[in-house]
Amino acid sequence: MNLLETRCLSRSFGGLKAVDNVDFAVPEGQVRALIGPNGAGKSTFVAAVCGRIRAESGSVHFDGKDISRLPAHRRIEMGMAYTFQITSVFANLTAHENVALGVRRIARLGRRDIDQKVMEVLDRVGLAERSDQSAGDLSYGHQRLLEIAMGLGQMPKLFIMDEPTQGLAEGEIEEFKHLIRQLAGDTTILLIEHNMNVVMETAEQITVLNSGCVLAEGTPEEVRANSDVQAAYLGTG
Amino acid sequence: MDFGPHLFLATLEGAITAAVISLTAAGLSIVFGIMRVVNVAHGEFFMLGAVGAWWVTTAVGGHPAFGFAAALIAAPLFVGAIAALADRLVLFRLGYDPERTIVATIGILYVIQQVTLMTFGPDARPVEPPFNKRIPIPWLGIGENGLELTWPWGLATTTYKLAVIVAAAVILFGVWQFLSRTRFGLLMRATQLDREMATAFGIPVRKIYARVFGFGAAIAALGAVLIVPVQQAHYLMGTDPLLLSFIVVIIGGLGSLPGTIVAAVLIGMSDGIISVFFSPTLAKILATLLVAFVLVFRPQGLFGKAQA
Amino acid sequence: MTGNLKENSLHVGVLVILAALFFVVSDYHDGNLARIMVLAVYAVGYNLLFGYSGLLSLGHALFFAAGMYGLGLSMNLLGFAALPALLVGIVFSAGVSAIVGFLALRTSGVAFMIVTLMFAQAGFLTALHFGEYTRGDEGFVIQQASRMIAGIDLSAHANRYFAAFGFFALSYVAVAILVRSPFGRCLVAIRENEERARMLGYDVWMHKYLAVIASGTISGLSGAAYALLFGYAGATFASVQYSILPLLWVLLGGAGTTIGPLIGTAFAFYLIDLASEITTAHLLVVGLTIVLLTLFAPQGISGELRRRGLKWLP
Repeated sequence: MNLLETRCLSRSFGGLKAVDNVDFAVPEGQVRALIGPNGAGKSTFVAAVCGRIRAESGSVHFDGKDISRLPAHRRIEMGMAYTFQITSVFANLTAHENVALGVRRIARLGRRDIDQKVMEVLDRVGLAERSDQSAGDLSYGHQRLLEIAMGLGQMPKLFIMDEPTQGLAEGEIEEFKHLIRQLAGDTTILLIEHNMNVVMETAEQITVLNSGCVLAEGTPEEVRANSDVQAAYLGTG
Repeated sequence: MDFGPHLFLATLEGAITAAVISLTAAGLSIVFGIMRVVNVAHGEFFMLGAVGAWWVTTAVGGHPAFGFAAALIAAPLFVGAIAALADRLVLFRLGYDPERTIVATIGILYVIQQVTLMTFGPDARPVEPPFNKRIPIPWLGIGENGLELTWPWGLATTTYKLAVIVAAAVILFGVWQFLSRTRFGLLMRATQLDREMATAFGIPVRKIYARVFGFGAAIAALGAVLIVPVQQAHYLMGTDPLLLSFIVVIIGGLGSLPGTIVAAVLIGMSDGIISVFFSPTLAKILATLLVAFVLVFRPQGLFGKAQA
Repeated sequence: MTGNLKENSLHVGVLVILAALFFVVSDYHDGNLARIMVLAVYAVGYNLLFGYSGLLSLGHALFFAAGMYGLGLSMNLLGFAALPALLVGIVFSAGVSAIVGFLALRTSGVAFMIVTLMFAQAGFLTALHFGEYTRGDEGFVIQQASRMIAGIDLSAHANRYFAAFGFFALSYVAVAILVRSPFGRCLVAIRENEERARMLGYDVWMHKYLAVIASGTISGLSGAAYALLFGYAGATFASVQYSILPLLWVLLGGAGTTIGPLIGTAFAFYLIDLASEITTAHLLVVGLTIVLLTLFAPQGISGELRRRGLKWLP
């Protein structure tokens, strides 16, 4: 069954079609990467999926329901999580509170259970020792990881990540790949990513966007072999 | 007096309010348009203009016209200088952060008002108009002998009041020309478009902002000098013009000068007319509610175009 | 001590000190303190919106006055007893804040400030317009004989002090609990980064709306309590100045801290009291304090304390 589906989704900015009639589907449990050159409409597409921006036409279906008219917070409530491309943590709150905000919304737990869950999540991304630091004082890489932890804390059905590895160090990227493999199977993941190494190693399926349209779709091997993709995106090599 | 003459008189009084408010509001609008600063202390600059006019006319002596002419020049300069100083000492240091500058201008409002109370005192003081000839106004009505021209008692205005309306129009035209034709006007508009870009091009934004703030205050002060022979100077007189200017600027569309002037005429006239026939308070209640609803449902102003 | 224990001890300590002060200081200061505690309720309400939710209203006098007139008019015109009149005041201010919040929250930032200012101004002018009932600026007195709840005369010195204390303790504790709850934490998150809070799945609009209503209702409680304990209601309390004062108190004491409103109100009260002995232009102090605070200490007194080491300060 498809967890997420869009039909003829479109959105333009001042005459420029950022997302142009996109039909798209992700089956439950899959790790899907969304790639494409800069300005291909990847971020606009996921923003329209989770409701940060309104689509002009077309529909979005999630978990069997048409969510096209729902505001962003209702979509998130239904089991999506979204991490921002440009780091957007609560800089003046502790790392712990950043994650707890996500945990508290989904679970009516006692304070102790919430603490436990938060620490579990922070531990998973390697930030447990920094739980009491203000998010704004964390290094850039740690803020990116905190952003991911905020998503994990919501235990989403669909986890949308907008360039999560941007600015991470080598070692952190290895950890990240490991994390994705752990999540695979339980959580459906939609990953916008520029780092091809990460994409090829983690994604089961890849969708290539170009100028707002779907250019190609398939397994990493298929996409790698696709000549259109090579021309538009990977250059010729 | 009959209804007709009464209405005519109310319209005339409304026109004077409109004239002065359009000046005050133009100052507020220019400051907001260029600096994105909502200046809550604007009414106090108006008040300072009136008080300044009283100081100058009292000091000069001789024929009232001399003192008044001196006040027309000195009071706006003085007020402009104070405003520029406030900009340098306070607003600039806040980095023109919108919310913090509003709070700071509230503080400046009290400081100016209370310092005036301590120096100028709590009394209202009159300023003599430079000229003031009564002009009775004829009325065409149906009398005993059919259609006839009458001179109803009480239907009159003064040369000075008419002069206020003309002067306000001339000044507004001058401001318009100043903004669109001079180098300074050009620089101001350049900083309005993009502050960082202007700085990068070597435009002294800091200096220009201080002058813009002073300029806006000076226009308000000029309006006050014009009205003070009709109204008297008082340390609390800034409240009403502030409120009316806000109303006018918001209804006209924030930062749009032509919209501001149209709204000033509309609000000034209807304020005058509703005040005469109903109650001044009711007129103000309606106007403030109108502003609130305009901001809620049509934030670009009644006459502005929606932004894409 | 853990953070929570420290917080709780602080709250209990503050309340114990306030109660004890009655027996320590002179009658003159008792009177002042009663007034400060009632006005601090107003500051506590304002702080919930400004300090915790990051919404700067310039029109809270409307809610304060709604409570004040709700109580005063229902007692004087309709002959209500004190307790039902208090309820009228609270319900009326809740209703007014529900309407104003619904409209004003369609805007944000500077527009929100001006919309609230305009609604409050319209309310103030309405109070003047119906001068026949409200007696305008001059105001009206609520007879001492009717200011009784359960046989206790609230105009008597000690009763008044402890009634004021009760109102303060109620709102202080309520807000302290509220801001520690998931709801309050979400308000802080909205203040810090509205878009992120939305993308964590929170209904930002509804949270803000409830915050406006809670804040307006607490402000209304303060207005009603003021009229009840001091026996007077007047349009001055609906004027712009009374929208600016809670902003000053909260800025001074420290926005977004639980004890800030009390500290700020007490500090400003004595500052203005002192200044008015020297000059009639005592509002100069208000102006100067506001300018200096925005320039040099935007965090206020308890914000500065928090920054300089007392990190746990709630």
